[in-house]
Amino acid sequence: MAVTVFLSLLGAMLLLGFAAARWRRPDDIHSLEEWGVGGRAFGNWVSWFLLGGTMYSAYTFVAVPALTYGVGAVGFFAVPFAIITTPLAFVFTARIWSVAHRHGLLTPGEFARARFGSPSLGALVALTGIVATMPYVAVQLLALKAVFRTVGVTGEWPLLIAVVMVSLSTFRSGLRAPALLSIAKDILLAWVVLSALLVVTMSSGWGEIFRRAGGWFATTPSPNDGLILSDTGQLGFVTLVAGSVLSVFAYPHAVTGMLAAKDRATVRRNIAASPIYCLVLGLMALLGFFALTEGIRPLDGDLNTVMPQMFQKLFPDWSAGIAYAALGVAALIPAAVMSISAANAFTRSIYRTYLRPGATTAEEARVSRWASLVVKFGALGVILLLQPSYAVDLQLIGGVIILQTIPAVFVGLATGWFDWRALVAGIITGLAAGLVLLWDIQQVGAGGVVVKAHFGGSSMPVGDTGSTVYVGVVALGVNLLVVTVLTLLLRLLRVPRGRDETTPDDYVADADDPMVKRLDEILDGLPARPVGAHARTAGSRSP
Amino acid sequence: MARRARASRIWYLLLVPPTVAPLLTPLYNRIEPTLWGLPFFYWYQLMCAVLAIVLITLVHLATRERRHGWQ
Repeated sequence: MAVTVFLSLLGAMLLLGFAAARWRRPDDIHSLEEWGVGGRAFGNWVSWFLLGGTMYSAYTFVAVPALTYGVGAVGFFAVPFAIITTPLAFVFTARIWSVAHRHGLLTPGEFARARFGSPSLGALVALTGIVATMPYVAVQLLALKAVFRTVGVTGEWPLLIAVVMVSLSTFRSGLRAPALLSIAKDILLAWVVLSALLVVTMSSGWGEIFRRAGGWFATTPSPNDGLILSDTGQLGFVTLVAGSVLSVFAYPHAVTGMLAAKDRATVRRNIAASPIYCLVLGLMALLGFFALTEGIRPLDGDLNTVMPQMFQKLFPDWSAGIAYAALGVAALIPAAVMSISAANAFTRSIYRTYLRPGATTAEEARVSRWASLVVKFGALGVILLLQPSYAVDLQLIGGVIILQTIPAVFVGLATGWFDWRALVAGIITGLAAGLVLLWDIQQVGAGGVVVKAHFGGSSMPVGDTGSTVYVGVVALGVNLLVVTVLTLLLRLLRVPRGRDETTPDDYVADADDPMVKRLDEILDGLPARPVGAHARTAGSRSP
Repeated sequence: MARRARASRIWYLLLVPPTVAPLLTPLYNRIEPTLWGLPFFYWYQLMCAVLAIVLITLVHLATRERRHGWQ
């Protein structure tokens, strides 16, 4: 029964993805702006669901409860991380939206290029983004695999079919496919959250759950788990939260959904309401404790299966099927958006910059389509060919390396003071420092036995204090130091700086600005008017 | 005009509490008081999310951009 519900819902979703190509179809789907950011015309509701669909992925809904299940309070870091992201996004995403609309930008790499006047910096940022995104797609597929395993569908073919289907629908519909799917996913997810709440209410209640979970953590030998953080665990917690917050502003896929919004007000309204997703995330994280006290055991020690296992044991059969489908779609949507973003980064910052400077919009869209396929199947290859734990390692490393683009991308939104040469040097030293530090981290199991000699986690010890600190933040510190010192030096030597193509005005422009492209009228079904000529000639595209 | 711009800037200070509150672990890293059985550590953070919704919405409403100004 659960399998039937799961498979038919998942099938229906994928058909919906195909149908998305016809949804709000513009006159010309063959441009990258249409394929890659849905014509920049999504209104309040679509933007809201797409935001949730991209940022709150299956990996979040599977891995976060798995973490609280395994270590308790530390696993809750995703909640403060999500909360802090919102006030910052409120300010910065509106700025990204404006500058991207004035200059026709799609990815962080293009922004770095326009801001600091250096194609090489842009390409480096794009490349870093692609490398960091690939394992992110892979862990989404791992989450999907965990669901398949619980359902009892084994082997590699179900995963392969799901990826082929979602790839084809993305290839055809672009960002419209994940946007439409996000709406359906959130309905399923709301169902899951409500039924989970109901199950908890009918059980012993939170007081009893935490009493028992506290008792369990007290019996484990590890000093780092528990209902609250250990005294030495706080630094690690705070730096992990801070690092994760910053990385949100650097991943190419994080901005894609918001760039598709039709105006600044849409962006701001959505972000103001987005902490609602944080509450849902917090609730899912709390379910990890519930699973612990209900005696749920992961399949083959794979913690990713804890949530699916819990649905199987505690939900009615058909309802569990709905829950699996919600998790499955929640894995496929971010995978689609991430592959689109990585593909756009390649097309705009590498293909058009170095390989074919004169590429037409139709050619750009074609290249991005094929590149998105490469990203998805590359991620699938990582999972099928390598150890799954290897994909998780890569994701860990991805988080650290994407942080190195923060000075160019995030700080760049506030100031254009840095020199592009210094930024390039900063990214490279930051990457090197991050990788060396990660390599040195061991994973120590029960009884002080070294389980893994290298890449054992992302928290490094601080001297002998017993405290730990998130590697990404340390590497970013090194990076920022290099950037600042080198920029000062270059200024002292009076080396001419790169040309900033943006003006302060660009960061506050709204949809009624004549310089902003007007594709929204046709797409939102408003009275058609001669948009094309107006948008194309007035839009100050970077040459 | 400049004063008005500054007055609207001050609203943005309301974004500081939801940014800082979830980072103050020494403040909320405790079990008591519990709410509906949830240790303080957890419900404090959920309340931070509610605080974020309220304050960001306030800032959004107070600083809405006027629909003209671009010549």
